[in-house]
Amino acid sequence: MEQHSDVETTNPRDQIQSDICLTCKHLPGCVHRSKQTTSILFCDLYEEGVWSADLVVAIIDKHSNERGGLISILEAIQAKYGFLPESALRVVAQRTGRSLVDIYGVATFYSAFTLEPRGRHLCSVCMGTACHVRNAPAVSEEFQRQLGIHPGETTGDREFSLETVNCLGACALGPIVVVDGHYFPQVNTRQVGEIIDKTQVGLDFVEVATDQRVFPVEVFCARCNRSLMDAGHPIDGHPSVRVTISFGRKHGWLRLSSLYGSYTIEAEDEIPEDTVAQFFCPTCHAELAGATDCPICAAPMVPLIIRGGGMVQICSRRGCTSHLLDVSGLGA
Amino acid sequence: MIEFTINGIDVSVEPGTTLLEAAQFLGVPIPTLCHMEGLTPYGACRLCVVEVGDPPNSRMVTSCTYPAEEGLKVRTASVRVLRARKMIVELLLASCPQSKTIQDIAAAMEVRQQRFRQENEDCILCGRCVRMCSEQMMAGAIGFTGRGQERSIGTPFDVSSEVCRLCGGCMYVCPVCELRCTYNEPEKAICGGCANLAPPCVEKPQYDDMMCYMQPCVACEIKKD
Repeated sequence: MEQHSDVETTNPRDQIQSDICLTCKHLPGCVHRSKQTTSILFCDLYEEGVWSADLVVAIIDKHSNERGGLISILEAIQAKYGFLPESALRVVAQRTGRSLVDIYGVATFYSAFTLEPRGRHLCSVCMGTACHVRNAPAVSEEFQRQLGIHPGETTGDREFSLETVNCLGACALGPIVVVDGHYFPQVNTRQVGEIIDKTQVGLDFVEVATDQRVFPVEVFCARCNRSLMDAGHPIDGHPSVRVTISFGRKHGWLRLSSLYGSYTIEAEDEIPEDTVAQFFCPTCHAELAGATDCPICAAPMVPLIIRGGGMVQICSRRGCTSHLLDVSGLGA
Repeated sequence: MIEFTINGIDVSVEPGTTLLEAAQFLGVPIPTLCHMEGLTPYGACRLCVVEVGDPPNSRMVTSCTYPAEEGLKVRTASVRVLRARKMIVELLLASCPQSKTIQDIAAAMEVRQQRFRQENEDCILCGRCVRMCSEQMMAGAIGFTGRGQERSIGTPFDVSSEVCRLCGGCMYVCPVCELRCTYNEPEKAICGGCANLAPPCVEKPQYDDMMCYMQPCVACEIKKD
């Protein structure tokens, strides 16, 4: 988080947007980011009568030109409040010129949307077939017992919501629990209390050194599907990931540690702090570019395909430690 | 003009004509349930299935939504089509056995027995009322909510909609509920709802010329007096 504030003061682009909340994707007027101390799913707790219609209008105007913008609008509102308030849906209907029942139909169709207020942390327990046979129901019951709520409910202090999902597509990791986008593989009932404690501390503050989630990955170029691994040049005792980068007028190789959670790099040229570099595949020379931006510093994220399915995205800004692991593509 | 054949008869139609329209023009009977003239085709009930193409590569498509194609071979009463339709009718009948419309269709297709467990649902999700409300009544008060087993027809947040004018069009087109207002004969009343509702046409003069399907209705009786 130290580095986080560092980025804010030194980068001119972020200075202009310093009062813009990145949790709800660049909406002016949201200043809750500065108050934020732990990782949460949304930045503003909705209170009836204290919600801002202007914010919802800003969300709608941002997406109004997109085809199929309704889902984006609903996603942004849910990112803002954690659920879809009735009053916000009425504003959406009025502003987009669609009937309220259309919007209500979309909001009730997708299980990602909820019309009930959610807690700050969302625990999703997978109850898919593979997880189910590995005792996921016991894990779910342990969550219910420790949180004192049933699936689909929220604790009285609005800290935790519990839900069971049908399959997260990560069957090899089952029984799997996802809390606020962090994956906990092979969970047993004894670990449930630990997960809840970790979540309350804030999952982003969990020490990397003691974190069981540090593991080597083998990555591929998304374009040519050739391996980016360089066995002749190990970093942290594992083959490094070799890419070509360019920034400013410089162009050279960069080797990254393949340990997920380690930030060790070696580069041909010294990369100044805060530089946003372009990443290229050394074999096919295609730019490794994705559609997402870094949730912390808003620089473009670089997607790398993991062997066996899934994708890891790393932030292209030097010094930013943001990375996203997406194993949703991990086939059954 | 597009030329194709229905049951071996050559047809030529305007581009954009659906197979159902062409068949009805020729007088070829195809049973329908969710289809209604004046509403957009929906393809929900699957009763109007026909077989297109040559066997064994023929496909089953809903004729109400399938636009005519050059050189298409359509069969509306092949063994496969009839078997599929009978199955659909049996399933519809099992979910809504009280519906006169479905009973009539079943009788016309000689479906005499019911192999499936009777559900006594009050909706087959044909979407007629939803399309009626938004396309003919320009209201958009009711729509589909939920997904899968929870899919149902309702108003947003399950409270009475402010855009609903109580025109009764949804009940008029419903093939299942057949909730005619029977205020004049209270002993036959199905819901008795309108006796408790306040039809807007009584209080708001702009609804005077509004199309209304609530006949006979308590509001008209009040106005007469």
